[in-house]
Amino acid sequence: MSVSRMARSLSPFPRRPPSPEGKGAPARSLPSQARRAPLSLLLTATTIALLLLLPLLYLLVRTLGIGEEALALLLRPRTLRILWNSLALTLAVTGVALLLALPLAWLTVRTDLPGRRVWSLLATLPLVIPSYVGGFALVATAGPKGMLQELLAPLGVERLPAIYGFPGALWILSLLTYPYLFLSIRSGLHSMDPALEEAARSLGHSPWQTFWRVTLPNLRPSMTAGALLVALYTLSDFGAVSLLRFNSFTRAIYVQYLSSFDRSLAAVLSLTLVALTMLLLVGERRIRGRARYYRSSAGTARHRRPVALGRWRWPALLFTLGLVSAALLAPAGVIVYWLVRGLLAGEQLLPVWEAARNSVIAAGLAGVIVTGMALPVAYLNVRFPGRLSNLVSQSVYIGYGLPGIVVALSLVFFGANFAPFLYQTLAMLLFAYAVRFLPQAMGAIRATLLHLNPRLEEAGQSLGLGPRAVFLRITLPLLRPGILSGLALVFLTTIKELPATLLLSPTGFTTLATQIWSATDEAFFARAAAPALLLLLVSALSILLIMSQEPGD
Amino acid sequence: MVDERKPTVREEMADKKLEKKFDKKFNVRNWELAAELRTLEEGRDGDAKAARPSFNHSQADHPATEPSMTQAPPLGLRLRGVVKRFGEVGAANHVDLEVPSGQLLALLGPSGCGKTTTLRLIAGFEHVDAGVIEIGGELVAGPGVHVPPEKRRVGMVFQEYAIFPHLNVLENIRFGLHRYPPHLREERVKTVLELVGLLGLEKRMPHELSGGQQQRVALARALAPEPAVILLDEPFSNLDAGLRVRVRAEVRAILKQANATAIFVTHDQEEALSLVDQVAVMLHGQVQQVASPQKLYRQPANRAVAEFVGEANFLEGRASGREVECALGTLETQVAVQGPVDVLIRPENIELIPASAQAADARVRSQLFFGHDQLVTVQTTSGLLLDVRLGPAYHFAFGQPVKLRVVGPVMAYPRSSS
Repeated sequence: MSVSRMARSLSPFPRRPPSPEGKGAPARSLPSQARRAPLSLLLTATTIALLLLLPLLYLLVRTLGIGEEALALLLRPRTLRILWNSLALTLAVTGVALLLALPLAWLTVRTDLPGRRVWSLLATLPLVIPSYVGGFALVATAGPKGMLQELLAPLGVERLPAIYGFPGALWILSLLTYPYLFLSIRSGLHSMDPALEEAARSLGHSPWQTFWRVTLPNLRPSMTAGALLVALYTLSDFGAVSLLRFNSFTRAIYVQYLSSFDRSLAAVLSLTLVALTMLLLVGERRIRGRARYYRSSAGTARHRRPVALGRWRWPALLFTLGLVSAALLAPAGVIVYWLVRGLLAGEQLLPVWEAARNSVIAAGLAGVIVTGMALPVAYLNVRFPGRLSNLVSQSVYIGYGLPGIVVALSLVFFGANFAPFLYQTLAMLLFAYAVRFLPQAMGAIRATLLHLNPRLEEAGQSLGLGPRAVFLRITLPLLRPGILSGLALVFLTTIKELPATLLLSPTGFTTLATQIWSATDEAFFARAAAPALLLLLVSALSILLIMSQEPGD
Repeated sequence: MVDERKPTVREEMADKKLEKKFDKKFNVRNWELAAELRTLEEGRDGDAKAARPSFNHSQADHPATEPSMTQAPPLGLRLRGVVKRFGEVGAANHVDLEVPSGQLLALLGPSGCGKTTTLRLIAGFEHVDAGVIEIGGELVAGPGVHVPPEKRRVGMVFQEYAIFPHLNVLENIRFGLHRYPPHLREERVKTVLELVGLLGLEKRMPHELSGGQQQRVALARALAPEPAVILLDEPFSNLDAGLRVRVRAEVRAILKQANATAIFVTHDQEEALSLVDQVAVMLHGQVQQVASPQKLYRQPANRAVAEFVGEANFLEGRASGREVECALGTLETQVAVQGPVDVLIRPENIELIPASAQAADARVRSQLFFGHDQLVTVQTTSGLLLDVRLGPAYHFAFGQPVKLRVVGPVMAYPRSSS
């Protein structure tokens, strides 16, 4: 099991929106050979893309329709405070994650730390923990009614230091997002030419000096890329931030949605958040381009001697163990504690069973529908490259990059005003999943389709099959692995989804995610433990599945 | 090594403290100061410096560059009995090398012969398993001693140049001068930039440079801190063939002008023979022969070296003293030898004379034309195939009978009894 494979599969953001150059596309139609796309396909794909864009367009229109008042709302002290909170949290989490990830990456790649492979794997695992499960774990451990309080009460400890608000959010988000930086820096370290550091040594620099003057500057692209991922994750996160009662954008949007009848403020907040997210996404693309300059000559794969830690082995191990415990063992332990406690206290498991059933139904339907919707878009993008098809495929990525709560809110607006019959039905929820996760299915299908030689389809045509028959008898069967993996991906991502499910699910329709969330909010920890455990197992399973689908390193 | 061109740096230096240090210790000359600054901090012995070569000289200014000393010419580099094993494999097997300072040496050998390992041992990136390495007269590797790379005064030019991509040309070259006082640093960088011909490109980033320019930056960077030895690891293999010859000549000129002691590692014979003062041929981790290019080519030390450097024809023969009997008659040898031998005859040392079928020694079997010369293969009456190099003007028909004549004394190697 390779850590770098995990890296590729776990990025929350698409590897790259499809582009005309077709990087790494071995069997693509040449632009000169591009056929005109059949009208039915074009119409279907465009309709799907437009449908998915509609809610967000509506949000935009709605907010701009507020007019002058929108600006006033934005500049209110409360709103500015929320802005400040979000930015501060993002910066702080990025900083802490960097402080955790950099030494860890260096230790596992460049030194002789005992058990480095194991540590690398364990260090990456926090990615499987949904942020609200992390929030639950923290609150259930150190909150007023949490495990520590219960254990320490007999000893006379009355109150524990506050974990709600900034401290708690910082703790949880840092521990859950540092793996992005970790993986990114690791790959940067691996791909660095050893000759650079040797050159620095031969020019009179000690190992320490070499690290500061050569290694670190050359790691800047990977650090920036990882930091952007962390920042995007933090900015968009809903689960942890809302459970820990930290008033950043996502929580404020949710609170506004719940409380006021007029949701203008929520709309304004959403749009601001979208603007910030777009800024980060644009920054990420720019960084990726610039990183090219850091590889000026092809480095030879030279054997590199690991740095001997000597006495420093023990502090290093302590640090690594501490990090892994805090991020993995502690949450797992707390969940088990509350599970056992709940069972012993006679906690009912029936609600859990119901929630699990609902989760599976919703996620299963989502998988099928979303993959079905992704198929024409992916096919259009790969087989008929061109300006329009690229526009279509790039537009579906917008919903993917946005915070879940924003997508959910825009659908609430859209549903409430345009399609009241759909509002709070399962169909609406499935539509929300499609807006959010279609690109995942698309990515999986595209990957398989790119490796499918178009000559096979042409051979079918030469044997007398019409385009529809070619698709059904040749393309579709060969696409099956891609379709299935897309389905699995969407299933596993949907089952963990929170904000859209919270806002849009029909009354009484609880999923595992919403159950954890509401139980934690009301401090009924025992009730949240079993679903949390279930979700962790499902999440871990999804990682294994994703990795087994990936082509080998 | 006398130099009185510039005002002494002592007069220029603002730092009085350092000045006092020098006053106490040495009778200082300006070019020495810069070289001394680094070693000053390590507190090394001052006497060794008298032997160190100057890198600020241009030979045009000082045609008489003989050291005005009573001792023997200093050794830039010495290896004695150096051994390095990687697991079972002996990459370096008792390597002995001596490079006088200011000389260029090529380590020539096929891939995997241990030359890159030797280079890395000299630089300090690997530990020696046995043996001794001295740089500039100081022990850097030996029993119980391993001076780390940053403390050795070794400059290295890597095969892929390894220029820091995050720094521009000026910053790259300046990188090794971090212990120099600022104004000395700038002066030194300018000198070196001028030396390699890159003035005006200071602000460029590495990815904006051509391959040849990048290589010059790498060379300048290695030369800037005035190392005792410069190591170049196959520095020309990344260049197009057409560029290579010109760049090689330029690099040699730069190194000679800087009076540098340099070791080239290469598998390219042409490069080795044309560039350096001495060639060390390395096979299977051992130095087989160290000699000037001419001597190496004319008198290879053994059969393996003869086969590796240049083209070779081998005949069986029997030698007694300075004469050897073989299929081509009685030939004179360069060195006295006895008993059964393998006789080396270089293709360019055989003459072909058209003859009648009865008088012929051999018949022409094939002809390969290269423009500036040609390779003709002949088969002797005894069935032996020989390669012959001729100028372009000759023309032989297939099967034409010829007489063979060997020019000059040959080399003969005792044949190991099989």
